[in-house]
Amino acid sequence: MTTEELKNIKADFVVDARGTACPGPLLAAKKAIGEIESGEIMEILSADEGTKHDIPRWCDKVGHEYLGFADLDSYTRLFLKKA
Amino acid sequence: MPNEIEAQVAELEKKIKLLQKNQPKDQISIIAFSGDLDKMLAAMIIATGARAMDTEVKMFFTFWATAMLRDPKKTGKGKDLMSKMFGFMLPKGSSKLKLSKMNMCGMGTSMLKVLMKKKRVSSLEELLAIAGELGVEINVCEMSMDLMGFKREEMLDYPNLKYVGVGSYLADADESRIQLFI
Repeated sequence: MTTEELKNIKADFVVDARGTACPGPLLAAKKAIGEIESGEIMEILSADEGTKHDIPRWCDKVGHEYLGFADLDSYTRLFLKKA
Repeated sequence: MPNEIEAQVAELEKKIKLLQKNQPKDQISIIAFSGDLDKMLAAMIIATGARAMDTEVKMFFTFWATAMLRDPKKTGKGKDLMSKMFGFMLPKGSSKLKLSKMNMCGMGTSMLKVLMKKKRVSSLEELLAIAGELGVEINVCEMSMDLMGFKREEMLDYPNLKYVGVGSYLADADESRIQLFI
Protein backbone atom coordinates (compact mmCIF):
# COMPACT_ATOMS: atom_id res chain seq x y z
CA MET A 1 0.00 0.00 0.00
CA THR A 2 1.18 3.52 -0.70
CA THR A 3 1.63 6.04 2.09
CA GLU A 4 -1.36 8.00 0.76
CA GLU A 5 -3.58 4.91 0.86
CA LEU A 6 -2.37 4.11 4.37
CA LYS A 7 -3.12 7.61 5.60
CA ASN A 8 -6.74 7.22 4.46
CA ILE A 9 -7.27 3.83 6.08
CA LYS A 10 -10.00 3.70 8.69
CA ALA A 11 -8.78 1.35 11.40
CA ASP A 12 -11.26 -0.70 13.42
CA PHE A 13 -9.06 -0.39 16.48
CA VAL A 14 -6.31 2.05 17.38
CA VAL A 15 -3.61 1.21 19.92
CA ASP A 16 -1.74 4.19 21.27
CA ALA A 17 1.65 2.89 22.44
CA ARG A 18 3.45 6.23 22.17
CA GLY A 19 4.08 6.28 25.91
CA THR A 20 6.26 3.19 25.91
CA ALA A 21 9.64 2.12 24.62
CA CYS A 22 10.68 -1.36 23.45
CA PRO A 23 9.04 -3.87 24.02
CA GLY A 24 5.99 -1.74 24.95
CA PRO A 25 4.46 -1.24 21.50
CA LEU A 26 4.85 -4.92 20.65
CA LEU A 27 3.23 -5.94 23.95
CA ALA A 28 0.43 -3.41 23.38
CA ALA A 29 -0.18 -4.76 19.87
CA LYS A 30 -0.25 -8.33 21.10
CA LYS A 31 -2.74 -7.41 23.84
CA ALA A 32 -4.98 -5.43 21.50
CA ILE A 33 -5.12 -8.02 18.74
CA GLY A 34 -7.40 -10.05 20.98
CA GLU A 35 -9.92 -7.20 20.97
CA ILE A 36 -10.60 -7.31 17.23
CA GLU A 37 -12.11 -9.83 14.82
CA SER A 38 -10.37 -11.59 11.97
CA GLY A 39 -10.17 -9.34 8.89
CA GLU A 40 -10.40 -6.14 10.90
CA ILE A 41 -7.69 -3.50 10.71
CA MET A 42 -5.61 -2.42 13.66
CA GLU A 43 -3.54 0.72 13.84
CA ILE A 44 -0.60 1.04 16.22
CA LEU A 45 0.81 4.42 17.19
CA SER A 46 4.43 4.25 18.25
CA ALA A 47 7.18 6.73 18.97
CA ASP A 48 9.76 3.95 19.16
CA GLU A 49 11.80 3.61 15.95
CA GLY A 50 12.38 -0.10 16.42
CA THR A 51 8.65 -0.82 16.23
CA LYS A 52 8.74 -0.23 12.47
CA HIS A 53 10.92 -3.29 12.16
CA ASP A 54 9.34 -5.34 14.93
CA ILE A 55 5.67 -5.20 13.94
CA PRO A 56 6.20 -6.61 10.41
CA ARG A 57 8.33 -9.43 11.86
CA TRP A 58 5.64 -10.16 14.45
CA CYS A 59 2.91 -10.18 11.76
CA ASP A 60 5.03 -12.49 9.65
CA LYS A 61 5.47 -14.89 12.53
CA VAL A 62 1.92 -15.03 13.85
CA GLY A 63 0.20 -14.71 10.48
CA HIS A 64 -1.41 -11.26 10.41
CA GLU A 65 -1.19 -9.18 7.26
CA TYR A 66 1.16 -6.21 7.70
CA LEU A 67 -0.10 -3.29 5.63
CA GLY A 68 2.67 -0.76 6.20
CA PHE A 69 3.48 2.38 8.12
CA ALA A 70 3.10 6.13 7.76
CA ASP A 71 5.59 8.45 9.48
CA LEU A 72 4.32 11.56 11.20
CA ASP A 73 6.38 14.27 12.86
CA SER A 74 6.86 12.68 16.23
CA TYR A 75 5.47 9.18 15.83
CA THR A 76 4.63 6.42 13.37
CA ARG A 77 1.27 4.87 12.43
CA LEU A 78 1.50 1.17 11.65
CA PHE A 79 -1.31 -0.85 10.09
CA LEU A 80 -2.16 -4.51 10.00
CA LYS A 81 -5.06 -6.80 9.19
CA LYS A 82 -5.83 -9.56 11.66
CA ALA A 83 -5.62 -13.08 10.27
CA MET B 1 7.67 -55.63 -4.63
CA PRO B 2 4.58 -53.72 -3.29
CA ASN B 3 5.27 -55.27 0.10
CA GLU B 4 8.76 -53.88 0.05
CA ILE B 5 7.48 -50.38 -0.74
CA GLU B 6 4.90 -50.64 2.02
CA ALA B 7 7.61 -51.59 4.48
CA GLN B 8 9.73 -48.68 3.33
CA VAL B 9 6.83 -46.24 3.73
CA ALA B 10 6.15 -47.56 7.22
CA GLU B 11 9.81 -47.15 8.09
CA LEU B 12 9.82 -43.58 6.78
CA GLU B 13 6.64 -42.70 8.67
CA LYS B 14 8.26 -43.95 11.85
CA LYS B 15 11.33 -41.81 11.23
CA ILE B 16 9.25 -38.70 10.47
CA LYS B 17 7.29 -39.16 13.69
CA LEU B 18 10.51 -39.44 15.66
CA LEU B 19 11.91 -36.31 13.97
CA GLN B 20 8.74 -34.39 14.73
CA LYS B 21 8.91 -35.43 18.35
CA ASN B 22 12.51 -34.24 18.67
CA GLN B 23 11.83 -30.94 16.90
CA PRO B 24 12.44 -28.01 19.27
CA LYS B 25 9.31 -26.09 20.27
CA ASP B 26 8.60 -22.42 19.66
CA GLN B 27 10.17 -21.77 23.04
CA ILE B 28 13.06 -19.78 24.49
CA SER B 29 15.09 -20.83 27.49
CA ILE B 30 16.90 -18.08 29.37
CA ILE B 31 19.38 -18.57 32.20
CA ALA B 32 19.43 -15.46 34.38
CA PHE B 33 22.77 -15.66 36.17
CA SER B 34 24.51 -12.28 36.53
CA GLY B 35 22.06 -10.31 38.63
CA ASP B 36 23.36 -7.06 37.08
CA LEU B 37 20.70 -4.44 36.46
CA ASP B 38 21.54 -3.92 32.79
CA LYS B 39 21.75 -7.62 32.00
CA MET B 40 18.57 -8.48 33.89
CA LEU B 41 16.76 -5.69 32.03
CA ALA B 42 17.86 -7.27 28.77
CA ALA B 43 16.71 -10.70 29.96
CA MET B 44 13.27 -9.44 31.00
CA ILE B 45 12.78 -7.41 27.81
CA ILE B 46 13.62 -10.48 25.73
CA ALA B 47 11.34 -12.65 27.87
CA THR B 48 8.32 -10.35 27.63
CA GLY B 49 8.99 -9.64 23.95
CA ALA B 50 9.09 -13.36 23.27
CA ARG B 51 5.62 -13.79 24.82
CA ALA B 52 4.34 -11.05 22.49
CA MET B 53 5.78 -13.10 19.63
CA ASP B 54 3.77 -16.10 20.88
CA THR B 55 6.92 -17.88 22.00
CA GLU B 56 6.87 -19.86 25.25
CA VAL B 57 9.42 -18.62 27.78
CA LYS B 58 11.23 -20.62 30.44
CA MET B 59 13.56 -18.68 32.70
CA PHE B 60 16.01 -20.30 35.07
CA PHE B 61 17.25 -17.98 37.81
CA THR B 62 20.50 -19.06 39.33
CA PHE B 63 23.40 -17.65 41.37
CA TRP B 64 23.48 -13.81 41.64
CA ALA B 65 20.23 -13.42 39.76
CA THR B 66 18.21 -15.19 42.48
CA ALA B 67 18.62 -12.07 44.68
CA MET B 68 16.53 -10.15 42.16
CA LEU B 69 13.50 -12.26 43.04
CA ARG B 70 13.63 -11.37 46.74
CA ASP B 71 10.69 -9.36 48.02
CA PRO B 72 12.02 -6.30 49.91
CA LYS B 73 8.96 -6.38 52.16
CA LYS B 74 9.53 -9.95 53.33
CA THR B 75 12.15 -11.57 55.55
CA GLY B 76 13.31 -15.15 55.91
CA LYS B 77 13.34 -16.78 59.30
CA GLY B 78 15.79 -19.14 60.95
CA LYS B 79 18.97 -18.15 59.10
CA ASP B 80 22.45 -18.90 60.42
CA LEU B 81 25.11 -16.20 60.67
CA MET B 82 26.62 -16.77 57.21
CA SER B 83 23.20 -16.72 55.56
CA LYS B 84 22.32 -13.54 57.40
CA MET B 85 25.56 -11.93 56.18
CA PHE B 86 24.92 -13.02 52.61
CA GLY B 87 21.36 -11.82 52.83
CA PHE B 88 22.60 -8.45 54.06
CA MET B 89 25.26 -8.05 51.36
CA LEU B 90 23.18 -9.17 48.39
CA PRO B 91 20.58 -6.90 46.79
CA LYS B 92 17.14 -7.26 48.31
CA GLY B 93 14.97 -7.33 45.22
CA SER B 94 15.09 -6.02 41.65
CA SER B 95 15.19 -2.35 42.64
CA LYS B 96 18.54 -2.83 44.38
CA LEU B 97 20.49 -4.23 41.43
CA LYS B 98 23.51 -2.34 40.11
CA LEU B 99 24.88 -1.76 36.63
CA SER B 100 27.62 -4.11 35.45
CA LYS B 101 29.51 -1.10 34.07
CA MET B 102 29.70 2.55 35.11
CA ASN B 103 28.07 1.97 38.46
CA MET B 104 30.31 4.62 40.04
CA CYS B 105 29.20 3.94 43.62
CA GLY B 106 25.58 3.90 42.54
CA MET B 107 25.68 7.19 40.65
CA GLY B 108 25.64 5.50 37.25
CA THR B 109 22.75 3.27 38.27
CA SER B 110 20.72 6.25 39.53
CA MET B 111 21.44 8.14 36.33
CA LEU B 112 20.32 5.22 34.21
CA LYS B 113 17.07 4.97 36.16
CA VAL B 114 16.38 8.68 35.57
CA LEU B 115 17.12 8.21 31.87
CA MET B 116 14.87 5.15 31.67
CA LYS B 117 11.98 7.12 33.13
CA LYS B 118 12.58 9.96 30.72
CA LYS B 119 12.75 7.62 27.74
CA ARG B 120 9.76 5.64 29.01
CA VAL B 121 11.63 2.36 29.30
CA SER B 122 9.88 -0.03 31.71
CA SER B 123 11.62 -0.63 35.02
CA LEU B 124 12.72 -4.08 36.09
CA GLU B 125 9.81 -4.19 38.58
CA GLU B 126 7.32 -3.34 35.82
CA LEU B 127 8.85 -5.91 33.49
CA LEU B 128 8.58 -8.59 36.18
CA ALA B 129 4.90 -7.79 36.65
CA ILE B 130 4.29 -7.87 32.89
CA ALA B 131 6.18 -11.16 32.63
CA GLY B 132 3.90 -12.66 35.26
CA GLU B 133 0.80 -11.52 33.41
CA LEU B 134 2.08 -12.86 30.10
CA GLY B 135 2.91 -16.27 31.51
CA VAL B 136 6.70 -16.13 31.47
CA GLU B 137 7.66 -19.20 33.49
CA ILE B 138 10.23 -18.52 36.19
CA ASN B 139 12.12 -21.37 37.79
CA VAL B 140 14.57 -20.74 40.59
CA CYS B 141 17.67 -22.78 41.24
CA GLU B 142 17.11 -24.53 44.56
CA MET B 143 20.83 -24.93 45.11
CA SER B 144 21.49 -21.19 44.71
CA MET B 145 18.68 -20.46 47.20
CA ASP B 146 20.35 -22.79 49.66
CA LEU B 147 23.84 -21.46 48.99
CA MET B 148 22.86 -17.81 49.44
CA GLY B 149 20.68 -18.70 52.37
CA PHE B 150 17.47 -17.37 50.85
CA LYS B 151 14.20 -18.71 52.21
CA ARG B 152 11.15 -19.31 50.05
CA GLU B 153 9.03 -17.04 52.24
CA GLU B 154 11.18 -14.04 51.35
CA MET B 155 10.71 -14.43 47.59
CA LEU B 156 8.39 -12.45 45.30
CA ASP B 157 4.76 -13.44 44.79
CA TYR B 158 5.35 -14.42 41.18
CA PRO B 159 2.73 -16.66 39.57
CA ASN B 160 3.76 -20.34 39.64
CA LEU B 161 7.29 -19.66 40.87
CA LYS B 162 9.00 -23.02 41.04
CA TYR B 163 12.18 -24.20 42.74
CA VAL B 164 14.03 -26.68 40.59
CA GLY B 165 17.40 -28.20 39.82
CA VAL B 166 19.64 -28.26 36.78
CA GLY B 167 17.75 -31.23 35.33
CA SER B 168 14.61 -29.15 34.88
CA TYR B 169 16.57 -26.41 33.16
CA LEU B 170 18.18 -28.95 30.82
CA ALA B 171 14.85 -30.53 29.97
CA ASP B 172 13.40 -27.08 29.17
CA ALA B 173 16.47 -26.08 27.16
CA ASP B 174 16.40 -29.37 25.29
CA GLU B 175 13.00 -28.55 23.84
CA SER B 176 13.69 -24.83 23.23
CA ARG B 177 14.72 -23.30 19.93
CA ILE B 178 16.58 -20.38 21.51
CA GLN B 179 18.99 -20.52 24.44
CA LEU B 180 20.44 -17.57 26.31
CA PHE B 181 22.76 -17.22 29.28
CA ILE B 182 22.60 -13.73 30.75
